[in-house]
Parts: sequence; structure tokens; C-alpha cells
Amino acid sequence: MRVSEKGLGAQIGFRFDGVAYTGRAGDTVASALLANGVRLMGRSFKYHRPRGVFSAGSEEPNALVTIGTGARSEPNVRATVQEIYEGLEVRSQSAWPSLKFDVMAVNDLAAPFLGAGFYYKTFMWPKAFWEKLYEPVIRRAAGLGSLSGQHNADTYDRAFAFCDLLVVGSGPAGLMAATVAADAGLDVILCDEDTAMGGRLLAEIEDIGGGTAADWAAAQVARLAAMPNVRLMTRTTVTGAYDGGVYGALERVTHHVPRSAAPLECFWRITARRAVLCAGALERPIAFENNDRPGIMMAGAVRAYLNRWGVTAGKLVAVFGNNDDAHRTARDLHAAGVAVAALIDSRADAEVGDVPYPVHLGAQVCGSSGRLGLTGIKVRQGDAQIDIAADCLAVSGGWNPTVHLTCHMNGRPAWREDIAAFVPVPDMVPGLEAAGACNGAFSTAACLAEGAAAASRAVEALGGEATAPALPEAEDRAYRLSPLWAVAGKGRAWLDFQNDVSVKDVKQAAVENFRSVEHMKRYTTQGMATDQGKNSNVGALAVLADATGRGIPETGTTTFRPPYSPIAIAALGAGAQGKGFAPQRFTTSHQQTIEMGAPMIEAGLWYRPSYFPRAGETTWRQSCDREVGYVRQTVGVCDVSTLGKIDIQGPDAGKLLDFVYTGMFSTLKVGRVRYGLMLREDGTVMDDGTCARMGPEHFVMTTTTAAAGEVMRHLEFVTQALHPDWAVAFTSVTEQWAQFAVAGPKSLELLNGVLDTPVDNDSWPFMACGEVGVMGVAGRLFRISFSGEHAYEVAVPARYGAALFAELVRRAEAKEGGAYGMEALNVLRIEKGHITHSEIHGRVTAFDVCMERMVSDKKDCIGKVMAARDGLVDPMRERLVGLRPVGAVKQLSAGAHIFETGAAHVHANDQGYVTSVCYSPDMGTMIGLGFVKNGPARMGERMIVRDHVRDLTVEVEICSPVFVDPEGGRLRG
Amino acid sequence: MRINCPLCGERDRREFYYKGAAVALARPGRDAGAQAWDEYVHLRENPAGKTHDLWQHEAGCGAWIVVVRNTVTHEVYETALAADVKRSMGA
Repeated sequence: MRVSEKGLGAQIGFRFDGVAYTGRAGDTVASALLANGVRLMGRSFKYHRPRGVFSAGSEEPNALVTIGTGARSEPNVRATVQEIYEGLEVRSQSAWPSLKFDVMAVNDLAAPFLGAGFYYKTFMWPKAFWEKLYEPVIRRAAGLGSLSGQHNADTYDRAFAFCDLLVVGSGPAGLMAATVAADAGLDVILCDEDTAMGGRLLAEIEDIGGGTAADWAAAQVARLAAMPNVRLMTRTTVTGAYDGGVYGALERVTHHVPRSAAPLECFWRITARRAVLCAGALERPIAFENNDRPGIMMAGAVRAYLNRWGVTAGKLVAVFGNNDDAHRTARDLHAAGVAVAALIDSRADAEVGDVPYPVHLGAQVCGSSGRLGLTGIKVRQGDAQIDIAADCLAVSGGWNPTVHLTCHMNGRPAWREDIAAFVPVPDMVPGLEAAGACNGAFSTAACLAEGAAAASRAVEALGGEATAPALPEAEDRAYRLSPLWAVAGKGRAWLDFQNDVSVKDVKQAAVENFRSVEHMKRYTTQGMATDQGKNSNVGALAVLADATGRGIPETGTTTFRPPYSPIAIAALGAGAQGKGFAPQRFTTSHQQTIEMGAPMIEAGLWYRPSYFPRAGETTWRQSCDREVGYVRQTVGVCDVSTLGKIDIQGPDAGKLLDFVYTGMFSTLKVGRVRYGLMLREDGTVMDDGTCARMGPEHFVMTTTTAAAGEVMRHLEFVTQALHPDWAVAFTSVTEQWAQFAVAGPKSLELLNGVLDTPVDNDSWPFMACGEVGVMGVAGRLFRISFSGEHAYEVAVPARYGAALFAELVRRAEAKEGGAYGMEALNVLRIEKGHITHSEIHGRVTAFDVCMERMVSDKKDCIGKVMAARDGLVDPMRERLVGLRPVGAVKQLSAGAHIFETGAAHVHANDQGYVTSVCYSPDMGTMIGLGFVKNGPARMGERMIVRDHVRDLTVEVEICSPVFVDPEGGRLRG
Repeated sequence: MRINCPLCGERDRREFYYKGAAVALARPGRDAGAQAWDEYVHLRENPAGKTHDLWQHEAGCGAWIVVVRNTVTHEVYETALAADVKRSMGA
């Protein structure tokens, strides 16, 4: 019910479970529903008990709702955080068919069987029933909101920010800290998860500096907002504290307005030189029988709804507390004209003064009535018990400092007996200081003073000078309480509302020897799910401490981990949905390749054509075989620009190459190319490629597409960390040069059509290289071949790549050839026995790929010593061979294992495995490459290839890996 | 985590590639023997405390950096260019 409209905005229409309601601008769903007299907002997770709003902040355990519709619906939104806007659709959760009649409430009747640990005890046997029966049933019966099941239609963003001082929370301590730091000239970021700055000052009736607290807060915020060195971030929850002064923060950017194209949320990484935590405190409940009915709320929340939103949570409100702070709720309600049914204080010696409503000292609320909402409470005082009619009960068990962030780097808070609460221990997060209520200082005056002092220390730590500000006069009452966690009684007294954990459940955990607080948590599920036990942790461990005969400090807390409040995975992964997941790298021929209809495959970040389909071809194999034919019979063109290209220059360039390649490069003649094998220091093959000597001190290295980054890093390591004094420099030119393979018997003929000066076999023999003019453009020509045919690679600056590719393809097609893709390239290289990362997969040595003779004796190189270890040159190692099926076979598969004929196909008999297979148009059969124990000595031996996954068994003959032109005549001719 | 690149200044750890212990700087000679090589390639301390790591500012200037940090607190004590450290080792 709305009792005051002071400070509220325009009327706004929204719907809850299909019913239209009106609220005011500035309302949350919770305040607007309370204003409309709606108390029942959800059903509990496990027993489906009716629940209403419990708090006024992000710690809310009960009032979880789903907002929006379709793909844009969002479950588990806290009604206490979500602002209303025109047209907002809100739905309740965990209830079927409706909130008021929920058939799953039968769970509540079965409660004696569903206590702590029921999952573990009940659903253990038979095992197969778990997945098929128990789990799906339980999931339906007990659940939070569900996802739409559709692709996430919302956008999210991420951002980075830097500041001298991060202030977390904008209550009295935070506003004061930000002001002091900003006045001293620091760059300040002030974050608050609320929609407005001010913290509890917005919810309390008190004065600061002669005016109202809310006015003081508004004036401070306005002053800060005008300062150029201050950034104010509302609706922004600082969710985690990390190494090096990095904080995660979630900004709810457009949750409070109708959905638009703007991002819904933004995840910030804020790097702060210092931070002041002014996160305030969270009020805690007191457990008693049936303390979860809609209408039973936190006393501070009842006050917040009244003072900030002009809403009373009931018409006849009772207040129950163990501390003086609860008294303010009764006072404020009465002042606002709301009937106060009673003020019940568990302390016999509490000082209440002369108040115009019934007061019961030394009394406890021990029960409640009302099925879908509170109608009355039972109060026990000594031996007497009375019933009091009330439609709202405001409860306060005291306040817990919000220590969470201080514990995110493994810190543990300390117990303070006088306030019966955990407080931060200094320096648990380097550079972060807690001030105000989160540090256990509860009066407004103390908050102002601590905020100012913490900021001054931060200013000084950063080398500045802070002037001590004049602190305004403010409320400074002592905070007195006497701990009361649970009222004795027989029925179920709830500790954790979100997970339906009762006092009995915690005691049961202790009885079953789950005495550690971490074990109790997992056994009972206390403190899990969206609220992470913000209301219930301390109460639950106090009950556990009592049940195990220990004190609270010895019992300890569970671990506080980020995030402080839930973050959508979509926000953490902002920008990474769909194509945002990884950058896409396109070659200069990409556009034409797409236009030619080629399906693209990913090669690292690159996109390359699989094959270029022609009309009438129905399978990829038809296209592939045709393209292989181009290279073997006429001429084929392929974009090979994705291979890494590293330009290496300097007097010591040869030294560097000698050191990173197994072979000798310093002796390579200018104008010549050599194949090189690169090892890791442990003797395993890292990569292979060619290296061309363009000048006396100038080489161009190529790497495989996959390992280009790794090789670059490796060269940087060698030249910086092992040989910093070598005079050599290099840079990646992969994207600067477009490079195309022109391969096949007619390649020379084709090339001479585009070269400014024709070449021939004598001037450009196999493995020659040099600079050439390509249709007037300065380019490079390499006589190298990956197919075994007479072939070249021609390179031009990338801006000419598209034009050259089009020209080469056009000319190839005129010679009955054309473009070829990755499938054909793979067939060509397998037929020729060339290795790729299918073979050099990180576990093979130069010896294994039968290139041990390429490891030069004349010099040291990376990996040389370790590669010479006995075990790595054992002939019984699995070594590279070719595999040719015996007779006609349909399929040979990579990944299959190789066995001796007659041997059982089991691990103990394993002789090797298949790495690459293809259909060879030249051989007219499937062929393969693989590794076989002592392979080179077993040529001609018949063995069995067995693929257990695809259920294939093929007899093969071990042969040379070079199937085509073993003498290399075509290559050189 | 923030790492101070001697060339670029303090940067987010996402800009860096991690290699491992700075032992990798002390590459043995060709004839140092099996044990020296085994230790160089395979054996690593696993300290709970101060450690010397090699990181590369891969998404920045490309510098290899020796980072002295604490594996328990994650504090970064100091950083230096690997090239400078290597030169000071007199290799």
C-alpha cells in the first residue's frame, strides 16, 4: 500500500503473471507489487512454499521472477533489483499451474522425507534410475526459473576502466571517501549497485549536517558528478576483487528500460591503484517456526520501502528484533501513520522509551499463521504465549558487514563478539581498505569518519596530500544487540529461504558428522544458488556451532568467492557470441573464392577453400579428384598466403637459422631455397617449412599455417633470451604478401604469361628463388613444390593479391586447369609423402619422420642434444611409412591402429597408427601415411589396420611414403 | 593480474604469453652432459613463494620478460627484459 507519493515519478503500467498493475517511476518490481498489495511473489525452490519479498536489495532470496518474453526472457531476476518500465512483463517462477495453487506444494507435505541429504540417501539405487528418472523429475519439481531455450537475442558489452581510487558503495562512507579523494585530485570511480547513490541514507529518516540524510547524499552526489576526475557508476555491482588491483564489475545498462539494440549489461574490468570498500551491511533474520510466510520481511527492508518508496508492506505491522535498530522500523511506521501491532524485543533490558504501541520485552516470536500471506504471529514471553494479529512482521537479527570482496583472495574474516558479526581483516586484498558498516562501524557518523579516513590514507599512499574534511554532524547512536539466531520450537524454522534449509537440517548435518561448515553447506545446500546465503550464512553457522558445541569463530565461515552477485555468462563472454568468438582471417582471394562457391574450412583463424565445385558434381570427392588432376596433368592454382612468412635480416641471420633449424642455412646460396625442420628443445619436431635466401643478409622463412605464431614466439625467444647479442632482426610479413602456388606440368607456361621477364628451367631450377616482375608489380618467385610436380609459388604485395589470383585462375582454366582447394592439396601431399601437423603432431622426432639425416653434425641447434637420446633413436620407435591397401577397399581411416596379421586388435599388440588418408586418383585406391614400429625395415609387410570406432578392418601393405614420382623427375624437369 | 613490461609499462596479463621458469635462459652447452640437459629441459622447482618466470608481451612489443613473482600471493615483485638478464649472466 502506498502511503506517500513524495519524490516519486510518473505512473507506469506493467504486468505480473498477466495481471496489469500500476507503479511509479523509480519503483522496483518489489516496491510496485507491495504498493499494489501483492505479497505472494514466488514459490520456494524445494518445498514450493509460498514466499513473498524479503529484502530490498540484491541479496533477495525469495522474490525471483522472470522478465520479458521469448528469446529475450530472463529468469531469476530479483524483483528487488529490477526497475519497472512501461510494458514490463513479469512472471513468477517455480509454480505450476499458478502461484496461488501450485501442485508441487505436495513436496511440502512430504517434507519429513525430503530433509537434508535426501538426494544422497533416497536416490542412490538403482544407479541407472538417476539419469532417466530421478534427476529429470527432481529438476521439474524443484527448480528456479528456466531459460527460453532459444538463442540469446540480447547484446552484452565489456569494457576496461582505470582509476586511482575505486570506491565500492555510495552510502555515507562511500560518498565521504569519494569526496575526500576527488578533492585531493585523484581519479575516482564510485560504483553502486543501486539505481541511485546514497545507500541506506535513501532509506532512513535521519539528519546529516542539519538537513535530511537523503538531501545531504543528493548534494554530495551532485558535487561529485560535476568534478571531471570522478566517474559515477550506478546500477554497477563490483562483483570480484582480483590480483593487481583489478576488480570485476557488472553494469546493468538497459535492464530498466524497454529492450533496445543497446547492450543489456556491460562487464567492466576496473584497474584501481587503491580501493575503499564501503559496501555496507546486510540485515539477518531470526529463525522461528514458519518464519517464511509472505509478509515476514527484514526490518530494514520494511523501513526502506516506507521511507524511499512510500510503500508500507502491511496495514498492521509487528516488529521483532534483538537490537535497537529494529526499533526504528516501528518508529518510522508509526510516524507514517501505519498501525504498529507490537514491538517485540528479545532483550528484557532493551530501552524503548515511551512509545504509543504495544511493546513486549524479553519476548520472542515463535510461530506464524496465514497460508498465502501472514495473518498473525505467536509471541512467547516466559511461560505465556499470546497471538497477535499482523499482516506484516519486520524482523531484525542484527546486521552482517558485507565483507565479501575482502575475502576474494583467500582471506577469512574475523569474528567480533560485540556486534556478533564477522568483520574484514586488514590487507586481505592488497590496496583495499574497508570503511563504514562493512567494517563493523554502524552509525552514520562513524561511516562518514571511516570513509574520510580511508580515502585520506589512499591519497597519501599514492603520494598525494589529503586535507581532513570537516565531518557533518550525523546520527551516532551505539548499536546494541544480544545475539539470537533461532527461537526454540518444534516446527520448521527456516534459515536459508532460497534453498529451504531449516534449523533442523543444519542440526541433522551435525548429527551425521558433517561438522565442518563447508561440509554442512554441501550436505544441506545452505548458502547456495543466487543469493549465496547472504541472509543465512551467519545464522546457519551459529546453529552449527551450537549443535557441535563450538564457538562461532572456531566454526568459521564458508569461502567467499566471486562473483558477489550473479553474472550472466553472456556478460562475461560479451562479444564472443557467434562470429565474435574468434577473429576471422581472410586471404586476398577470399571474395573470389566465395563467389566460386567454395565451401570454406577453418585453418586456425584463417578461412580456406575446401574445393571449388563445378556444375554436375554431387560429392566433394568428384571436385577434389578433378582438382588433383589439374596439378598432375595441366596446372592448378592455390592460395598459400596463410602460411607464416617471416622476413629475417641482419649479419647474423644465417647463425639464427642454423640454430633454429636442424639443417645448415648459413651456407645456402643467395637465390636458393632449402627445406627446414625445426625442433623443440626436447627433440620433438616443432614445425617445418622452407627458407629462401633473398640476399647475403636477407632470408624469408615460411612456417605452417598452424604454427606461424608459435614459430614467431620461438624466434623471439631465441634472439632475446638465448642470444641477445646476435645482429639479426625479423618481422612477420604473412599479411603483407599474397602468395599463390602454381603447380603442374603447364605451370611454367602459365607463369611466363604473367612474368615481366620469362624464366626457364635453367635460370630457375628446382629450389631457386628471387625477385621478379609480375605484370609490372615487384614480386617474388620460389620454385618449390608441395605436390611433387613442377611448381612455383609466386608472391606479390597483398594489395595485388585478389587481381593476381583472378588472373592466374583465368589463365589456368584456359589451359584446362584451375583453382584447387585444401582437399586436393592434401591428396597431392599425401601422394608425395609430405608431412603436415597430422604427422608432426607434437610427439614425433626427426628420426620418427625419417629425417634424422637432416640434423646437421656440423653445428648445435635447438633440440639436437635431446633428440640424440637413446630412446629417441631406437629403431623400434613408430616411424613414418606409406600404407597401401591389399585389394579393393572402400575406406581407410586416420586414427586407426595397426596390428600384425593374426594378432588380436588390442593395445598390447599395437604396432602403430594411421595419420593421413586419401583417395589417390593416381593410384586408383585409398592410400595412407602412418607410423609403424621399425617401419622403414618392414617395407612390403602386410599388416592389419583396425578402426574400432568406425568398425573398419583393412589389410594393408607397408610401403614407401612417396607414392608418386619417387625419383623426383617431375619436380625437377 | 598486471605485469610491468619494461618497454610498455604495466599491462593486463591477457597481453602476455606464459612460458615457464626462467631456467630456460641458462641453456647448457652441447657437451654439458645428460644430467645438465635433463635438468634444463625437464626439472623445475615448484615453489610456494618467490618464482622467476618467463613471459612474453606477445600482444604488445614482443619482449620476453623475466617476472619475479609470488605464487602464493600473486604479487609481482619486479620485471626485467630477458635480454638484459641473459647478458648479465655472461653467456
